[in-house]
Amino acid sequence: MSIRERLSGNEAIAFAMKQINPDVVAAFPITPSTEIPQYFSQYVADGQVDTEFVPVESEHSAISACVGSQAAGARTMTATSSCGLALMHEILYVAASNRLPITIAAINRALSGPININADHSDTMGSRDSGWIQIYSENNQEAYDNFIQALKIAEHKDVQLPAMVCQDGFITSHAVENIELIEDAKVKEFVGEYNPECYLLNEKQPMSIGPYDTPSYYLEHKRQQAEGMKNAKRVALEVAKEFEKISGRKYGLFEAYKLEDAEAAIVIINSTAGTAKDAVDKLRNEGKKVGLLKIRLFRPFPAEEIAKALKHVKVLAAMDKTESFSSQGGPLGAEIKAALYHEKESPTVINYIYGLGGRDVRVEDIGSVYEDLYKILATGITGETYRYLSVRDQEGK
Amino acid sequence: MSNLTEIRWHGRGGQGAKTAALLLADVAFSTGMYVQGFPEYGPERMGAPITAYNRISGEKIRVHSNIYEPNYVVVVDESLLESVPVSKGLKKDGAIIINTAKTPEEIKNNYPDYDCRIYTIDAKEISESTLGKYFPNTPMLAAVVKVSKLMDEDRFLDEMKHSFEHKFAAKPNVIEGNMNALIMTLRRLDDDK
Repeated sequence: MSIRERLSGNEAIAFAMKQINPDVVAAFPITPSTEIPQYFSQYVADGQVDTEFVPVESEHSAISACVGSQAAGARTMTATSSCGLALMHEILYVAASNRLPITIAAINRALSGPININADHSDTMGSRDSGWIQIYSENNQEAYDNFIQALKIAEHKDVQLPAMVCQDGFITSHAVENIELIEDAKVKEFVGEYNPECYLLNEKQPMSIGPYDTPSYYLEHKRQQAEGMKNAKRVALEVAKEFEKISGRKYGLFEAYKLEDAEAAIVIINSTAGTAKDAVDKLRNEGKKVGLLKIRLFRPFPAEEIAKALKHVKVLAAMDKTESFSSQGGPLGAEIKAALYHEKESPTVINYIYGLGGRDVRVEDIGSVYEDLYKILATGITGETYRYLSVRDQEGK
Repeated sequence: MSNLTEIRWHGRGGQGAKTAALLLADVAFSTGMYVQGFPEYGPERMGAPITAYNRISGEKIRVHSNIYEPNYVVVVDESLLESVPVSKGLKKDGAIIINTAKTPEEIKNNYPDYDCRIYTIDAKEISESTLGKYFPNTPMLAAVVKVSKLMDEDRFLDEMKHSFEHKFAAKPNVIEGNMNALIMTLRRLDDDK
């Protein structure tokens, strides 16, 4: 029997960490992820876990301590947000290239500046090319479920890469909502013991980690790393299948919502997907064929599967909760367009930037996106393909 | 989603409006409902106006935006009536619940544009007489339960007792005062009918 509870997204992650009981957690507090190490250190103090908790003096040190302990052979985790993740940036690449399956709970928050504490995806989108698996979560339930699964994907022998599990700061991290938790014993059995093939503290197999890599090998090592990331897609599905057995909840590479017969659709990430589902239902009631695709795995990006799910759609909006200053849209838009490029028939794609710095997104805002898409359908005029949603103009400020 | 109830709390930082919203989510959860309880975050300071929200429903809640057209508005600090458009978007068949010593008629005279039912409760007096201190959130929680009829009152009191016993395990003398604050609020609003 699952456990019916009500927890915030941060509480849900801390609870998952408690159930996993990792060997090491090293963390430095930053809003809005602070509660995760805060709650977890309470579990440590109360003896509910036997984790070594390392309170460090910066995020650069937090992830460096994670690299050290994971390399030593310990299952290691941390949590961070925004500028904290940015300060980790250098070491994220080191963790990935050393094939260390560390797990980060990333609580999405805008990067400075202007300084802002609220949700957007500029932080984790800035880490998208660091070699970390990225899994995004609509609500507390998905954050909890994804966190438990991420570990198992990351540690799989065909993957051996670090993973970050993302959710929207405050919007889900601080919202108390219903959640179904899995019993301790089932979670423990699901994640099992961490038994790395190679680790620093194995005296029978001396090794060095992270030495200088010459041009004669560097390329091959990167190729192998990319192969691990490629494998993560298959492994994520295998892990999801196993997870369904203990939770009853189904996960795929992404979620398709009322998409099969949709003529207008949006692709969206994290909490606004829930708001958008309400918009879809409202429009469906009016007889409009609308749907949505919610990203779960962003790294690796399941391009083929997404293209297959979207190619029949006539007009599509890719929703980016971050800027990339390419002057043609954001990172999700770029991935979606690249994924669809090889399809013979593919939708017209509009790339929206929305919700930056915690700007609230209402059902009506998403409704207006579908309206825009229907205008394109009706007139055949695409117009500007790089747009801002619900932004005030100079006169309207 | 006709059974969805949306509540907006207006308070000042440090008064416990956020805690009250989370308590309401808690108690509604305990009676089997789907809940959301969340504050609006910004550069929060003691005394600054803050907003917190509840969605309570018999069905799963997916929307993750703030609340613009609430069924109920709870004003934890009377002084906000002057500075914050607390009744904005409030549904006509909804209600506003204000922590004040004034009567609903007096409020209606001062704010004739409040186009909904008005309830007032002197949370200060209730809190000081039952707890010896000014914690407005306990009476306001009881007031919103009373007015919204979100749950059976006895069930509410049972769940709250359970919750206080857990929360104040280290200082059991506070439990009775809090329970009395809830009961007194429910009765006061009975008398108003």
